[in-house]
Amino acid sequence: MKLVIPNPGLDQRIPSHQDLERMEKEQVSDRPKWDNKAQYILTCVGFCIGIGNVWRFPYLCQTHGGGAFLIPYLILLVLEGMPLLLMEFAIGQRLRKGSVGVWRAINPYLTGVGIASMLVSLIIGLYYNTLIAWIMWYLFNSFQDPLPWTQCPLNGNRTGFVDECQRSSTVDYFFYRVTLDTSTSIDNSSGIHWPMVVCLLAAWTFICICYIQGISTSGKAVYITAILPYIVLAIFLVRGLTLKGALSGIEYLFIPDVNELMNPTSWLDAGAQVFYAFSIAWGGLISFSSYNPIHNNCMQDAVMLTAITGLTSIYAATVTYSIIGFRATEKYDTCVSENIRTLLNSFNLPESSINTTSYDAAFNHLNSSHPDVILGLDLQTCDMQKFLSEGVEGTGLAFIVFTEAITKMPASPIWSVLFFIMLLCLGVSTLFGNIEGVVIPLKDLNVLPQSWPHEALTGATCVIAFIMCLLFAQTSGLYWVTLFDNFAGSVPLLTIGLFELIAVVYIYGIDRFNEDIKFMIGHKPSIFWQVSWRFISPLIILVILVFYLVTLAQKELTYLVWDPNSDVFPVQASVPYPPWISAVIFLLAGVPSLAMPVYALCRLVFVGCKKSPLWHDEQIK
Amino acid sequence: MLERIFIFLFLPSVLAAQLCKPDAPEGFKVRLSIKTALQDEAYEWDGNERFLFQATLAFAMSRHTRQEFNVSNILVCDETPRVSFWFVVTSPDDPSQLINRGKVEAAVRMSRNRINSAFLLSDETLEFVGILPTLAAPVEPASPPWLIVFGVVMGLVGAGIVFLLVSTVLQKRRKKNQEGDEGDDDEEARVKTAENGCRSDGIYNTSFSEDEPNTQM
Repeated sequence: MKLVIPNPGLDQRIPSHQDLERMEKEQVSDRPKWDNKAQYILTCVGFCIGIGNVWRFPYLCQTHGGGAFLIPYLILLVLEGMPLLLMEFAIGQRLRKGSVGVWRAINPYLTGVGIASMLVSLIIGLYYNTLIAWIMWYLFNSFQDPLPWTQCPLNGNRTGFVDECQRSSTVDYFFYRVTLDTSTSIDNSSGIHWPMVVCLLAAWTFICICYIQGISTSGKAVYITAILPYIVLAIFLVRGLTLKGALSGIEYLFIPDVNELMNPTSWLDAGAQVFYAFSIAWGGLISFSSYNPIHNNCMQDAVMLTAITGLTSIYAATVTYSIIGFRATEKYDTCVSENIRTLLNSFNLPESSINTTSYDAAFNHLNSSHPDVILGLDLQTCDMQKFLSEGVEGTGLAFIVFTEAITKMPASPIWSVLFFIMLLCLGVSTLFGNIEGVVIPLKDLNVLPQSWPHEALTGATCVIAFIMCLLFAQTSGLYWVTLFDNFAGSVPLLTIGLFELIAVVYIYGIDRFNEDIKFMIGHKPSIFWQVSWRFISPLIILVILVFYLVTLAQKELTYLVWDPNSDVFPVQASVPYPPWISAVIFLLAGVPSLAMPVYALCRLVFVGCKKSPLWHDEQIK
Repeated sequence: MLERIFIFLFLPSVLAAQLCKPDAPEGFKVRLSIKTALQDEAYEWDGNERFLFQATLAFAMSRHTRQEFNVSNILVCDETPRVSFWFVVTSPDDPSQLINRGKVEAAVRMSRNRINSAFLLSDETLEFVGILPTLAAPVEPASPPWLIVFGVVMGLVGAGIVFLLVSTVLQKRRKKNQEGDEGDDDEEARVKTAENGCRSDGIYNTSFSEDEPNTQM
C-alpha cells in the first residue's frame, strides 16, 4: 500500500543501514549499552508487569465473566498489544534514540508526540510513586507483632474504641486515618501529613539511587525487582491454596459466564487493560530498545514479552483470588458465628446447639415459632458473594482486603513484609521505565543541559518530582491520586499510541519500516504484522478512544469520599467534583493529548515566519 | 403457730424469689460461654459452679465495700441452659435490702480479673450484661518501629548514593590521568570524534539533526 505522506529529508536525519553496521562493528557509540540480553528482557518484563497486574486485572477478570474474560483479553493481547510492542521496539532499536529523538528524526513536526509521551510519563510517575510511598509505609510498619492495623485505638474513657474505627474496621481506620489522615473532600485539605512526606522522600530517594547512572544501575537492580515478585507470588500461591476457602475464591474468579462476551464493555475493558499493561506510549520501551545491539531480534522479544505478560496476569489473578476467597470465607464464618451467638443469647439455648451447618435449619425453626423476636434481633444477612466482591480493586485490594486477610494468617508480619516487598518491586520496576521516559526526553529537549552527567539529571528530576509530589502528601492526597489515575492514564495514552502508529506506518513508511526490520533481524515481518499495523491495531485503539471520550463526556464527574459524618459511612459516599476540577482534568488529559497537534502547528507558524522575505535575504547572505 | 413456722421457713426463699428475678432493678444478668472459651476442657455448670460464683462475688463485694459479705448474700435465679442467670446482692445487715446497682458494678469492675480467673474465662466469655469491661490498651511499642526501619533504609540508600557518586568521580579522574599519560593526539582526536560524532566521514552527522530544532525552536 503506497499511502505514505511525503517526508523530505528523512534520510539525512536518521543513520543509514551502512552507518549502523559500522557503528556496531567499531563500538564507538556514546549511548549506554545493556550488559547482556537478560537485563534488557528483565527490564522490559519489570516495566510491563506492574501493580496493575495484581490489583486491576483480577478484578476485571472476575467482573467480566471470569474465565470467559480471558478470551477477549488474550485475543486483544495478540492483536493490539503485540504489534504495538514490536513497533516500539523496532523503531527504538533502528533509530537509536529516546522517544523525543525518534519522533524528531522521523519528522521534526512529530516532536510533539515525544513531548506528549514525556508529559504523560511525568504525570503518571508522580502519582505512581505516591502509591509506592504508601506501600513503603505499610512495609515499614510490617516489622512489628501485632501488626498496627489489627487494633483500634481506645477512646477517651477507655470503655470502647474510637468511634470512626468502631463503625468501620481496623484496616479501614489504619488506611484512611493513620496513613493518610483523609479529609472529607478534595478541596478540603488541612495541611500536610508528615509521615507521608517522609515516605515520599524514601520513595524518591530509592528510585534515584536505582536509576542514578541510568541503565547501568537500574539494569542491575532489575535482577531483584523483576524476579522477586514471581518468587513471592509462588510463596503466596502455596500459602493461599492451603488456606480454608481459597478454592471458593478461585472458583469465583474463573467460572466462565459466556454471556459477558456479548457485552461490549468486556471487550473495551480488555483492550484498555492490554494497552496500559504494556506501558505503550510512555516512551520508556523506545528508550530501552535503543540501547540494544542493532541485530537484536526484537520480534522474538515482542512475542516473548506478550506471552510473559499474559501468563503473569493469570498467575497473579489466581494468587490474588485465593487470598480473597480465604478472607471472604473468614468473614462469612465470623458473620454466621455472630448470628449464632445472638440467637443463643436471646433464646438462652445451650452453647453447642447451633453450629454453622445447622444454622439455617435452626434459624428457620426459630423464625417460625418466634418471628417478632427474630425481627427485633436485627440479624445480619451473611452473603458469601458480597464478601467475595467487595473492595477487590485498586488500592482497596492491597491496603484493605489483603491486609485484613494477612492479619488472619498465622505469622502475619512475615506475610505482610513479603507482600509489600512484592508490591514495591512491581512498582519500582515499572518506575524505571517511567523515569527513563522522563529523563531522556528532558535531556534531548535541552530542558536539562546536555553537559550534565547522568547523576545530576536523575537527581534534578527526582528532586523536582518530589516537590511536586507534596501535593499528594496533603490530607486530600487520596482524592488527587484517584483523579490522576482516572484521567492522566487513560485518554492521553490512547491518543499518543494512535499517533505513534500513524506516524510509523504512514509518515515513516511501512515499507521502509519492513526493510529496517529485515536489516535488523534477517526477515521481513509476516502478513500478520502488516495487517495489524495498518488496520487492526489503529482501529482497535480508535474504537476504545472514542468509547472513552463518549463515556467521559456523558458521565457526571463524581468521586468517592471517606466521610465519617456521611449517612452511608463506612461505605464511601459519592460526591460531585468541585467546578474547578475541569481545569485540572484538562491539564492532565488535554495537554498531553493536544501536545502533538499544537507543537506541529507552532512549528508550522514559526517556519512560515522564517520563510518570509526578510529571513530569506539573511539566508542568502 | 404452725403458720408462723411456715412463714419463717419459707420467708427467705420467698423473699429471695421476690428480690431476685429477671430484669430486677438492682440485678445483673450474667452470661457464660464456657464451651467457646474452653472447648474440650469445658466444665459443666452445676451447683458447685454456682456456689463458686456466689463466693467470688461475695469476695468482690467485701473487697470493694469493706463490709463482710457472705455467700447467702448473693442471690442467683433464672438459670438457663445457655448458662445465663440473674443475680442480686443483699446487704449483710439486712437481707431484705438490696445493694444498689452502682456499688455492685464498681465492685465487679474492681475484681473483674479475679472473677474471670476463677472460672478460667475472659471478659468476652464471662459477660456481665451492662458492665462494660475496661479494654486493654492496644500494644504500642516505645519507639515507632516504622521510623527505625525507615532510618535503616534511608541510611543504606544514602550510603549507596554517596558511594556511587564518589566511585564515578574517581573513575573519571583515573580516566583523565590515563589519557594524559598516553598523550597521543590521534587517540584524543579519535576519542573526541567518537564522543562528538560530528567531523569524520563515515560516522553519521548528528550535528545536523541535533542542531536543527535548536536553531528553529
